[in-house]
Amino acid sequence: MEATPGGFLLVLMLVVPVTGLLLGFALGGRLAERMALWLLPPGLAMAAVLVAGLLHAKAPVVAFVGGWAPPLGLALRADGLAAAMLLTTALIIAAIALFARADYTTAPGAPEARAPLAFWCFLLALWAALNAAFLGGDLFNLFVALEMLTFGALALACLDGKATQFKAELRYLLFALIGSVLYLLGTVLLYGAYGTLDILLLAEAARADAPTIVAASLMTVGLLGKMALFPLHLWLPAAHAGAPPAASALLSGLVVKASYVLLLRLWFWVMPAALLLAVAPILALLGAAAILFGSLVALRQARLKLLVAYSTVAQIGYLFLMFPLVAGSAAEVAERAWTGGALQAISHAFAKAAMFLAAGVIARALGHDRIAELQGAARIAPLSVLAFGLAGLSLMGIPPSGGFSAKWLLLQAALDSGQWWWALVIVAGGLLTGGYVFRVLSAAMQGRSAPIFPLAPVDAAQERVALGLAVISVLLGLLPLGAFGLVLIGR
Amino acid sequence: MSLVLDVMLALAVIGVAGWTLLVRGNFPAVIGFVAYGLLLALVWVRLGAVDVALTEAALGAGATGVLLLFAVVRLRGGKAEIDAATPSPPQRVAAAILCGVVGLGLAVAMLNLPDPAPSLAAEATRHLPLLGVGNPITGVLMAYRGLDTLLEAVVLVFAVLAIWSMAPDRRWGAIPGPLFPVQSSGPLSLLARVLPPIGIVVGIHIAWVGADAPGGKFQGGTILAAMGILAWVAGLWRLPPVASRGLRWAVVAGPLVFIGVGLLGFVIADGFLSYPPGFAKPLILLIEAAMTLSVAAAIVLMVAGPPERPA
Repeated sequence: MEATPGGFLLVLMLVVPVTGLLLGFALGGRLAERMALWLLPPGLAMAAVLVAGLLHAKAPVVAFVGGWAPPLGLALRADGLAAAMLLTTALIIAAIALFARADYTTAPGAPEARAPLAFWCFLLALWAALNAAFLGGDLFNLFVALEMLTFGALALACLDGKATQFKAELRYLLFALIGSVLYLLGTVLLYGAYGTLDILLLAEAARADAPTIVAASLMTVGLLGKMALFPLHLWLPAAHAGAPPAASALLSGLVVKASYVLLLRLWFWVMPAALLLAVAPILALLGAAAILFGSLVALRQARLKLLVAYSTVAQIGYLFLMFPLVAGSAAEVAERAWTGGALQAISHAFAKAAMFLAAGVIARALGHDRIAELQGAARIAPLSVLAFGLAGLSLMGIPPSGGFSAKWLLLQAALDSGQWWWALVIVAGGLLTGGYVFRVLSAAMQGRSAPIFPLAPVDAAQERVALGLAVISVLLGLLPLGAFGLVLIGR
Repeated sequence: MSLVLDVMLALAVIGVAGWTLLVRGNFPAVIGFVAYGLLLALVWVRLGAVDVALTEAALGAGATGVLLLFAVVRLRGGKAEIDAATPSPPQRVAAAILCGVVGLGLAVAMLNLPDPAPSLAAEATRHLPLLGVGNPITGVLMAYRGLDTLLEAVVLVFAVLAIWSMAPDRRWGAIPGPLFPVQSSGPLSLLARVLPPIGIVVGIHIAWVGADAPGGKFQGGTILAAMGILAWVAGLWRLPPVASRGLRWAVVAGPLVFIGVGLLGFVIADGFLSYPPGFAKPLILLIEAAMTLSVAAAIVLMVAGPPERPA
């Protein structure tokens, strides 16, 4: 595929946040925060223009960096899936930045402090890393993006500087780094076998021989570890639940999705169809186990943030049901399953970010996040409880919501392709999700005999941001399905 | 003859690796790790990859070895922490099984790779005259795959800020790392006075020749960093505080110049990180010079660790 006009936009989507990070770090203090906030509008505009351009041209945008075409050079490619994820990323990063202003602001003239500087720099760093992960057209370039993601996510999660959190994040680092090494080993083997790491060139050349199978296995296990797919989920709950709310929202909503998109590129582009057919049911089986296990454990959690984290373990499972439904199905069924999977990734990103932000506001106002003692939460943080409920609707898959459309498309694809057993898992997962969401809501909606006062004042702007994200996750369900034709461009 | 040498080298690598795993005590294990890295560097030389050998010796054995030594020193007296972080027997068995399976898979894959291996080496060499550089590795790092190198350079900035951000809040703005007393006599003092003038010249030379011969910013920067660390440990040089703007500009100078030259490509060539014919080499050298400074600064700061003592 040749480079297309508009490729400079892809380069700028990497360079702009990176430059902001470098300048923010060097200038320090209040300027780091200013830098991040100033870059939100151009960042959002670039993502919106890219999506509009794709919808107009109905073809991917491609850039060859430095003018060197693959296999020698690197390609950045924005197909429909990438563009949709880039816009999702820009919106959620902007929301998290607005949410975090209350926590990490530096007053004019105030001395620089540790947490604000690190937060604003790493917010831009993660933005750049996510953009790189969605745009990368070369498997090694994507490895660099994964490294950026790992270190950025780690630093953000440790922002509170608590010893217990360091321990949880060390475990995350161990999983993530082993995952990186396995991914890198696979990349090396693929280069040895084919002499290129460009995804589209590999797709033309890939054979189902021993080096390719070993490479695919190593890379898949590495990426599953980074995504925390059951049974490699051990690190996720403590790492995501203990982080500051803004960081949890980023990690659970967006960071795991980067590895997911990479996994899709590996299996639906690079690997030969015969291999995919063999592996797809195994991935979906792990996904089904994740849905059931994650939901059941979430149902039994005593703490709100851990419940939300286990809900991520479960919701990640849905992403894998797409593999056997797309592989080997008739074109129309495959398109439906593909759209359903992509929509699940997007609507979960909005819903989970909303949930973690809302849970953060509730926990701060009450001074704890014990679910059994949430009475009165709806009185002191009503918008946050509403946001949690709306996001919950989307996770359960109740119409109208993005989660409903996603799960409905997957359900239809399961029935149409004669794989009804996955439909059972989708329905069971929805019921269990309903169980844990209602457990939180019923506790939070109960009144208390004694009057209740928030421990810390509830920031109305923070509540509105959480609600805004939850509303987007619901509104996604009201868009006509044709709008999601975007994610099919360049598939 | 060379076969005998290679077999001995391979056995030595495996032997030192096994010894490093089995030896009790952290200090000998680090020494084993450094020896292992140096032997690996020899392996790379035997394979004809001198650039990789230099990087393995400088970063894999040298910089990582120093980081591990610092960790060992800091963990002295921290028996509870060490015990808590030491893997249990079942975890060790699991790790051994994982390594065994991966090793076996890699062996099977390696034995089945196509022979001769497909390679981009000829293609990479063919375009070098256009860039004005003689070392194909530099062509790959600075032109064909320049974006990878740029992003890796940015990761160094991530690393410095991530390490700093692990400090307690009250220490923000302070000087990184422990304070070393001035060594007025003894071997360290002598080394720290005699070695840096030579090391600085060697470091700059290695960075400079990278355009045409094995070497470059990462290897040269690491040698410069080693000289800085030597002077610091001997108490002859004080690190600037993390609040120092000059220090921060030094860390970001490399990636910023890299991006600047990249963006210049939009104006004077065909797009980001593309060099105009005839001007490629000076632009590449400009980036390499700024990157050498930033690599050196970042490595010193990674070894020093989070801010610890008041400025």
